[in-house]
Amino acid sequence: MRIEGVPASAGYAEGPLFELDRPAGVYASKASSAEETLSLEAAIGKAVSRLVAMVGTADSDAAGILEFHIAMLEDDALSRPAFASIASGKTADAAWRQALDAEIAGYDASDQDYFRARAADLRDIRDQVLRALTEDGDSTAPAGAILCGEDIAPTRFLETDWSHGGGIALKAGSTASHVAMLARSRGVPMVVGLREPLTAGAVMALLDAEHGTIVLTPSPTEIGSFRQASSSFAARQGKAQTFLARPAATKRGTAVRVQVNIADPRDVDAIDIATCDGVGLMRTEFLFGKTLPDEETQYRAYRKVLEWAGEKPVTIRTVDAGGDKPVPGFTVEEGNPFLGLRGIRLSLARLDIFRVQIRALLRAAPHGNLKVMFPMIATSEEYERAAALFAEERAALAARGVAHKMPPLGIMVEVPSVAIAPEAFAGVAFFSIGSNDLTQYVMAAARDNAAVAHLNSVRHPAVLRLIGAVAAFGQENGIPVSLCGDAGGDPASIPSLLEAGLRDLSVAPAQLAMAKAAIADVPV
Amino acid sequence: MSATAEATVLITHDVGLHARPSVKFTKLAKSFAADVEIALAANGPWFDAKSIVKVMAAKAPKGTVLHIRAKGDGADDAIRALIELVQRDFDEDAGHVRSA
Repeated sequence: MRIEGVPASAGYAEGPLFELDRPAGVYASKASSAEETLSLEAAIGKAVSRLVAMVGTADSDAAGILEFHIAMLEDDALSRPAFASIASGKTADAAWRQALDAEIAGYDASDQDYFRARAADLRDIRDQVLRALTEDGDSTAPAGAILCGEDIAPTRFLETDWSHGGGIALKAGSTASHVAMLARSRGVPMVVGLREPLTAGAVMALLDAEHGTIVLTPSPTEIGSFRQASSSFAARQGKAQTFLARPAATKRGTAVRVQVNIADPRDVDAIDIATCDGVGLMRTEFLFGKTLPDEETQYRAYRKVLEWAGEKPVTIRTVDAGGDKPVPGFTVEEGNPFLGLRGIRLSLARLDIFRVQIRALLRAAPHGNLKVMFPMIATSEEYERAAALFAEERAALAARGVAHKMPPLGIMVEVPSVAIAPEAFAGVAFFSIGSNDLTQYVMAAARDNAAVAHLNSVRHPAVLRLIGAVAAFGQENGIPVSLCGDAGGDPASIPSLLEAGLRDLSVAPAQLAMAKAAIADVPV
Repeated sequence: MSATAEATVLITHDVGLHARPSVKFTKLAKSFAADVEIALAANGPWFDAKSIVKVMAAKAPKGTVLHIRAKGDGADDAIRALIELVQRDFDEDAGHVRSA
């Protein structure tokens, strides 16, 4: 059985499944509440000393998490309610669980992703003490196992010996979690969002965290092709690192620009600007999480990335909400959201929100080499209306004496109408091909529907022909053309994209080295 | 002697007063004898700035104007030091990686 999820840390693991959520040991209740109190105090102390021991061997990211857990456990405010309910007759384990569950509920209820994600840390803290209270010896996974369950605690990750391989497969989980961050920095394969329980009697599993799938009780054929993919990944990865620091070029020496896609200003903290040619796509949806961001918040986010990039270009895409990215208070409920009010259509329908973003972009522009592009453009009128709004807001800023600059304005090429008839857009500053959406619209196969995933290939001749036509149109008319979809970082698609005439790709930061290595193999 | 001091500071760190900044913030608060409290609004509710559980429970995201008040010995010094820590973005810079 094959289950699709979301890759959180690339890599391959083959091994036995180990269930994370096995029932904890049984707590033996004590004769008096005084003894229950001592028992809980001892368990908290034991959990703290284990954490302190782990800090010693952890890197700085991990140590930061552990120190947070220690500080929480050492804070009387955390345990006070538990000790109070022990005094009124509860057992140590029930009292602790109840106190922590109340705290966890507070985090779960937060409207901010970051604080909601800390609920996992609180569960971890709860379970460390419960484990110390019950001390079951059977919670260690065998070497090389694929740990599976609803979610995994950071300390559980840190306790595990990953030197013999292994991986993580989660039904829930998030690519933004502490554990995902740790897994990426340690190179532990991890897939999240598998949605289905993984325990249906499967003993052996194949975890492909490069593409985000797991195969349970695989056939010999599946094992064979998995091992091939795995060793090719390892070889590519080893080789790729040597390409990272160099500018990308094909086998014949043709230069290819490789930029990065980012989703959050903090992403750039982990990227060496010398290893890329700029930011080919900065998404701005992250700013539009639960609430609509004000101008100042946006300005600071854009400025941070522009200053990081220095003279290299940063292409910021105006908000692409709608489709599979709903934003409360902004997007509308639709029966067919991929074909509905999303991207520039939504921005032009909600000028109050769009104008705020335009002002923030104009004000940030003097701080670097900014380019701005509009998503989901289908007609030249949409582009012209958006450009006119930039001109209006620019005039207003000038009248108020606010520092600003007009950036070059380009468009995403992702609606087939633009790729088929690009001549309507001869006046735009640049094209950026959004291969994910272009493919789903050309193939009529929704990106988020696993049942039609096989149709969603950028390498279908129809999609490649359109990409080639756009590249040729750009070349003839002096309009730069780049590509910023997932295909740009996919070593299997890179040869076709370069053959179609593209010389400018934008990829996820983690794919930078692999993409450069793949480019070096292409004979164009 | 019992001095009281109160001030506000804008949180500019990207994810706000979160796990690691809270550890630093409460450790620094604990180094002063004065009682220190924080709030997200001038009229409270006020949280004990020496308790990481309480500071985290305040859930102060980026862009929050944090109110800090201190009472007792060294109240002014405590306020000044805590405000500087927030203004320095908790001495955090690189290290957070998120997938694209």
